Amino acid sequence: MKSFAYVSAPDVEAAVRAISTEPNAKFLGGGTNLVDLMREEVEAPDTIIDITRLPLTDVVELPGGGLRIGALVRNSHLAANQLIRSRYPLLSQAILTGASAQLRNMATVGGNLLQRTRCFYFYDSTSACNKREPGTGCDAIGGFNRNHAVLGGSESCIATHPSDMAVALAALDAVIEVESVRGVRRIPLVEFHQLPGETPDVETSLAADELITAVELPALPIAATSRYRKVRDRASYAFALVSVAAALEVEDGHITAVRLALGGVAAKPWRAYEAERLLQGSPATEETFRKAAAAELAPATGQSQNAFKIELAQRTIVATLNQLLTDGGAA
Amino acid sequence: MTQAPVRTEPKTTPAGPYVGRPMDRVDGVAKTTGEAKFSAEYPYPDIAHAALVHAPIARGRITGVDSAAALAARGVLAVITHENAPEMKPSPSASMLNMETMAVSGSVTFLNTDEVHWNGQPVAIVVADTLEGAQHAASLVKLSYDELPSTVDFRAELPNAFPQKSSMISVGSAKKGDAEAALAVAAVSVDLDYTTPMHNHNAIEPHATTAFWDGDKLTIHEGTQNVDWTRKLLASKFDVPVEGIRVIAPFVGGGFGGKSMLWAGTILTALAARVSGRPVRMMLTREGVYRTVGGRTPSTQRVALGADADGKMTALIHTCVTQVGNVGGSPEQVTSQSRHLYDAATILTEQKQVSLDVLANTAMRAPGESIGTYALEASVDELAYKLGVDPIDLRMRNEPAKNPMDGKKFSHRMLREAYALGAEKFDWARRTPEPGSMRDGKWLVGMGVATAFHPSWQLNANVTVRLSVDGGVLVRCGFHEMGMGGATAQGQIAADALGVPFESVRVEYGDTDLPIGPGAGGSMQTASVANSLIAACEKLKKSMLTLAKKSSGSPLKGLKLAELKARDGGLYQSGAGETYVSILSRAGRPSVEVAIGSDTGLGAVTGQVKFMSKFMLDNRRWMKAASGAQFCEVRVDSDTGEVRISRWVGSFDVGRVINAKTASSQLRGGIVMGIGMALQEETLVDPRTGRIMNPSLAEYHVPVHADIPPIDIHYLDDPDPTMPAGILGVGEVGITGVAAAIANAVHHATGKRIRDLPITLDKLL
Repeated sequence: MKSFAYVSAPDVEAAVRAISTEPNAKFLGGGTNLVDLMREEVEAPDTIIDITRLPLTDVVELPGGGLRIGALVRNSHLAANQLIRSRYPLLSQAILTGASAQLRNMATVGGNLLQRTRCFYFYDSTSACNKREPGTGCDAIGGFNRNHAVLGGSESCIATHPSDMAVALAALDAVIEVESVRGVRRIPLVEFHQLPGETPDVETSLAADELITAVELPALPIAATSRYRKVRDRASYAFALVSVAAALEVEDGHITAVRLALGGVAAKPWRAYEAERLLQGSPATEETFRKAAAAELAPATGQSQNAFKIELAQRTIVATLNQLLTDGGAA
Repeated sequence: MTQAPVRTEPKTTPAGPYVGRPMDRVDGVAKTTGEAKFSAEYPYPDIAHAALVHAPIARGRITGVDSAAALAARGVLAVITHENAPEMKPSPSASMLNMETMAVSGSVTFLNTDEVHWNGQPVAIVVADTLEGAQHAASLVKLSYDELPSTVDFRAELPNAFPQKSSMISVGSAKKGDAEAALAVAAVSVDLDYTTPMHNHNAIEPHATTAFWDGDKLTIHEGTQNVDWTRKLLASKFDVPVEGIRVIAPFVGGGFGGKSMLWAGTILTALAARVSGRPVRMMLTREGVYRTVGGRTPSTQRVALGADADGKMTALIHTCVTQVGNVGGSPEQVTSQSRHLYDAATILTEQKQVSLDVLANTAMRAPGESIGTYALEASVDELAYKLGVDPIDLRMRNEPAKNPMDGKKFSHRMLREAYALGAEKFDWARRTPEPGSMRDGKWLVGMGVATAFHPSWQLNANVTVRLSVDGGVLVRCGFHEMGMGGATAQGQIAADALGVPFESVRVEYGDTDLPIGPGAGGSMQTASVANSLIAACEKLKKSMLTLAKKSSGSPLKGLKLAELKARDGGLYQSGAGETYVSILSRAGRPSVEVAIGSDTGLGAVTGQVKFMSKFMLDNRRWMKAASGAQFCEVRVDSDTGEVRISRWVGSFDVGRVINAKTASSQLRGGIVMGIGMALQEETLVDPRTGRIMNPSLAEYHVPVHADIPPIDIHYLDDPDPTMPAGILGVGEVGITGVAAAIANAVHHATGKRIRDLPITLDKLL
């Protein structure tokens, strides 16, 4: 690990001021990913700005039934929050499938959104990686890519975003609030993470001097009937091969509202708009689910080892919607 | 190492022997309270820390070293490369006369050569005041390389596989009759190919060394499975007298074979300490372990079985190709069990290797049988289905009375009984054989079974036992405790042999200052130590009786040892007798000590010769092995192919069980590791570069708690009369048969045969 300067910010204003004057600084939240990456020297900031004392640790109700989640709420606290559990059960479920209890106790909401990919070649400094070192190439293409993207990848990068929480947030129309010395911005979560294109090193629409301060969830009655299904190689402590965040509302056998997002398939939490379009208003049957799943995955391309995800994602979408139909949402 | 408080007063022995009881391990409290010190935890004033620099190429030469930035970094004491390292001796070549050569991990002369032989080879070691300083400075050392063509792809190299020559400890090929011809005409047959990937041990304690030189004397704290061999190889490497080296390893945080050899990290830490003149500590990073300590070889295997219409085997063929490094490693006994498990009319086993520009492979829990039983036992299941008979029934029809290859006697074989017990406990009768026929909602339920098998061996052990006038018993032997409960088991054996309370026995181990003990490996440590310990206790009782008879007032006067029973802290014939304490007090002796075996001089040579001749004689006379039956129930998600284990019963013939608690834990641990092997574990070696790409516990999956069902362990507890204390060994047999039982259960659940480990969901979609 490279030596770095450490400063602790007492409030948001001080934090954003500090980062505006430090050219190569990083905010430190839970540190569960950043510190790992610093140890591997994938990240090598000159300055660490500790934001853990900032007053961004509350979950508060918004007029109209939505919630505002402070960026420093710990993952474990968020998952256990009664309002989250009753109004957005899939979010609680998604968080609890992520990482380990110890990591969730440390990890923050803002940090979770900014997690970086677990691609082997991104972590290994001797490998070619356009995300870590633009212009060097991509060793995952033609290498070990079983965990990699089947949607939205490019010739320069096929990495996936590892977060579970963000997949649930994508399904929930969440909005991210960011702040800098230039003011406050609100970014819909689905627009926050970027597909790699030619610039896989640019992962989000967050500017270098901006701080995530909150995530807002709009009131969404359909979310009360929702599930998060994570498919992985072991029962716990593994990243998703494929995950599905879904909410479903059915009246008289027809789908009146639906939210669907996928994890483990792309460089961003993948909101399944095409599937949603086909599901909306259609009969709530397995056949409808299949068609919608197939349409969403139609543009998918497999690599040497991950083509199974295309089939797996469709099966998991169908299974999750079926379960919502028969058993209702997560408790 | 103090293992139990020494009692000053004799305590009445509870009814019945200690051997066989489920006793708490004596080091349990020290470990759970953190009092137990591991190799990286020994404080030395002025200690320095070290970190390795690894080559990023598979083969080539170092053309330049730029240490300037590293040397300029804060707190850096030394940057040692091939340009400035003092010369060390090359490692000795393998010889049965110098057993320690078995622990040579490879031929590379680290930091005395500009050659690179594998991707990850250590090419520099950096010493600094702090761990962080050393690790950061290591990243600043810049080396340039001239890369040479390399061969790193196991699969691509298979056409160049060469046959293995047989040695005393490894059979390259063996045959009985013409198995290929018998297979060709068999009424029913299967002919199947299997592949298994490379695995790494992933002991919870990464390899750690703390080294301190005083002139030519070296004290080294080293988490090793063999303190004696480590000492001897270090003496030869640094060309110093072996007596001046002390290796201390009272606690080893898991080994599984990964700490049996002398690897680069140990040598280079000792070198760093010599160069820097400071005590140096280096605990490898997890990545460092993957890059510098070998793992289990990948394999391809062919198993072909022929049978007549009644299921009697007429042909059994098992061949394999495994991997060694061009600079180290050895063949793995993949076909071992196939020479002993089935009474086939013809048998052919054949082992081949490919040699690659990769890190040496090494022993990992049940080397050979772990992956060999997967292929054999999955094939037996396939044959059973083809024949339409129950897989246990098929095994029983082919259960041999004698060793199938040569008619040697089994010293102990209770596989029939193990299957009967396991089937009852598992409720095998409930199983409906049709694949996919047992469903529970979305879950496809499958039940599978397979045979576990591991040969039983024994090594030499030197032991001393001392009885003191305070009633304490001190057992000293340089064996190893890496979590198995060795000291507890030996304490139980000594307490029974001498008739003293368990609490009065103290067992010292894990130190070259002690009499030379066996390495912890091959499931043979407990039996090896027990053999000498029991002899020592006999000798001690004789000495005590002789001493007693020297005093006129002894109630033992005129009695022979054979007439006496060791109990209640002394020797007794019915009511009459005397405690050891009383004998010693009367004689005015503080203690009496006896020794079995000698570490040096003629005694050591005699011991070695005696051991080798017994080894060869036993080998000619008996086939000795632990065996068992593994039963499992799996559940496969019908939507996603996720496999979860829901039930496990292991039924074993391991001879006598010394400690029912720790033995069960070992067997259970083996099964857990087998579940990992079956479903998750795979070291990903990039075939383009030879580089391991998942060197971390986040990316190399081992089972987590949620993956493991309750594991029900049963054993027959019937002693093998040819083994010390009747022990057949429990360290490795637990992992064998596990992957096959799971593969067979997955087939039962889904109708799919997966012949390529690990069985991940993508193979089941």
